[in-house]
Amino acid sequence: MRVGVVGCGAVGSLFAAHLAQLDDVEVWAYDLARDHVDAINANGLKLSGVGDLVGQLRATTDAAELPACDFGIVAVKSMHTDAALEVTAHAFAEGAVCSVQNGIGNEELIANHVGRVVRGTTFPAGHLISPGHVGWDTAGDTWIGPFEPSPAQPDEVERLAETLTRAGMPTRALADARGAQWTKAIFNASTNPVGALTGLAHGEICDFEPTRRLITGLIDECKSVAAALEVELDHDPEEMVDHAARVAHDHKASMTQDVLAHRQTEIDFLNGAIVERGEEAGVPVPLNRAIWALVKALEDSWR
Amino acid sequence: MNRVCIVGAGAIGSLYAAHLARVADVTVLTRREEHARALRESGLRVTGRHDFTARPEATTDPAELGDADLCIVATKATHLDQAASSLEGHLPGATVMTVQNGLGAEDVVRRYGGWPLISAVTFMSGNRRGDSEVEYILDTETWLGPYGDTPYATVERTADLIIRSGLKARPFEDLRPAQWSKLIFNATVNSVSALTHLPHDPHFADEERSDSLGRVVHELVGEGKRVAVAAGVELHDDPWEMNELATRRGSAHVPSMLEDIEAGRPTEIDLITGALVREAARTGVPVPLHEALYALVRAKELACASG
Repeated sequence: MRVGVVGCGAVGSLFAAHLAQLDDVEVWAYDLARDHVDAINANGLKLSGVGDLVGQLRATTDAAELPACDFGIVAVKSMHTDAALEVTAHAFAEGAVCSVQNGIGNEELIANHVGRVVRGTTFPAGHLISPGHVGWDTAGDTWIGPFEPSPAQPDEVERLAETLTRAGMPTRALADARGAQWTKAIFNASTNPVGALTGLAHGEICDFEPTRRLITGLIDECKSVAAALEVELDHDPEEMVDHAARVAHDHKASMTQDVLAHRQTEIDFLNGAIVERGEEAGVPVPLNRAIWALVKALEDSWR
Repeated sequence: MNRVCIVGAGAIGSLYAAHLARVADVTVLTRREEHARALRESGLRVTGRHDFTARPEATTDPAELGDADLCIVATKATHLDQAASSLEGHLPGATVMTVQNGLGAEDVVRRYGGWPLISAVTFMSGNRRGDSEVEYILDTETWLGPYGDTPYATVERTADLIIRSGLKARPFEDLRPAQWSKLIFNATVNSVSALTHLPHDPHFADEERSDSLGRVVHELVGEGKRVAVAAGVELHDDPWEMNELATRRGSAHVPSMLEDIEAGRPTEIDLITGALVREAARTGVPVPLHEALYALVRAKELACASG
């Protein structure tokens, strides 16, 4: 089996290095960071933290070099999905492509370029330590399922889940993976921008009662949109918020880090996606729209 | 009216002090001794739209104030309580005028003495350039009206004094319509600016797309107007029109709340958005967006305070 990882940042690297542990899988990675790519090709891709391992794989900054793959795993930031698939789609003409990105709407973009798409949601997290070396900060599960409008075959989804699990990334194949995806997206949409707009860590926005109430307001709107689209959540986002406040009190969400570094955020794929789907379904989403507009305006302040 | 006391010599207090010193005996009450000394030794220079140097008296000790006919409390809302408490037992013959943003400054002053009160909002702006110089930037009006039982004639005499000093002023028999217009405008624009780090620029009036900032600004103004209706206040100006007009000016104004956030200082959110949220609760009008902004700005203050 040959797998092409599109976007080899922290999350892409966790998938690539694990898959490279398997003798029956050949791993390719496409990324634009030349120093990272060069280091991977010279010394392999190293993970340390939750577990320590090194994966041997081929990395490239030139999408044309990617050979035909059985599976693609897309891990670029959401705002780069379209551009990344534009140049890599040729490698997946006969394969199935799985998103492991944040937010809602990536599969739709992927399906504009390839025929068979897998919806995915992943919890493991990491950060780039140095070129070729990624810190593995959090272990966790991955849920995948066919993307309904352009679905991969059920046996393909099963095979990808089995392979990832065997590689050390526990993955469940589901008939409908929307619940898992929306649950995580709602968690992110209700907490990440609150941290990003205030500069506070996750636990702090939960400890301060007015922001905790705002989180609930955002969650309630998101739940109404999910219900209107007949998406059944697999966990209560409220419980996830409180659980994260206990186990990751001082964690600053990646969106907060993006804002501190004046990088574009994934807000369009979180609150933006909720607003668009809410408005289509006739569900009022005033708080999510306000948060979306505030973060977009904050991004504009750097220009 | 020929004895005036100015409490607080930030940009607004300095503009009042320097101008009024040309037509009355002015004493400035400052917090810092070196500030008072600088005013006594170098006077107070006005640049920008006017150019002159005034020689007001200055002290940090309320006991040295003697009495006054008019006292203008021009501190920021965040220093109001401390400033008002320092006046307790002093200035027995004064009428006290508050010019803070938001609502409720009069009630804070009332806790410390029975002076007749004048409500005011000011639209003028300036920039302090050290302790003894202030640049006069926007030469817009101060609007004033009676609070409680204060006779309207006192308000007219005060407005007349301010006008004779070279500043612009306008007396109102009821200031609340103007005060509320400015309250809704400030509650919306200042907090959005503090969260987005944008000056009051054309983003605030742009409603083109679903994620355009102007749509949120418009909804915030709408919540505020519903509270005004429930409180029985007929607005003097439509805050959305005030917003549109201000964003069409040449250079974008940086609201003081954004300056406070960027300097890591406490903001005036509690007397502005906080006042609107409290009025909404009192009148039973839902204001979820203002509540969201109130929560976010206070949380951001916490983050700034902890470094």
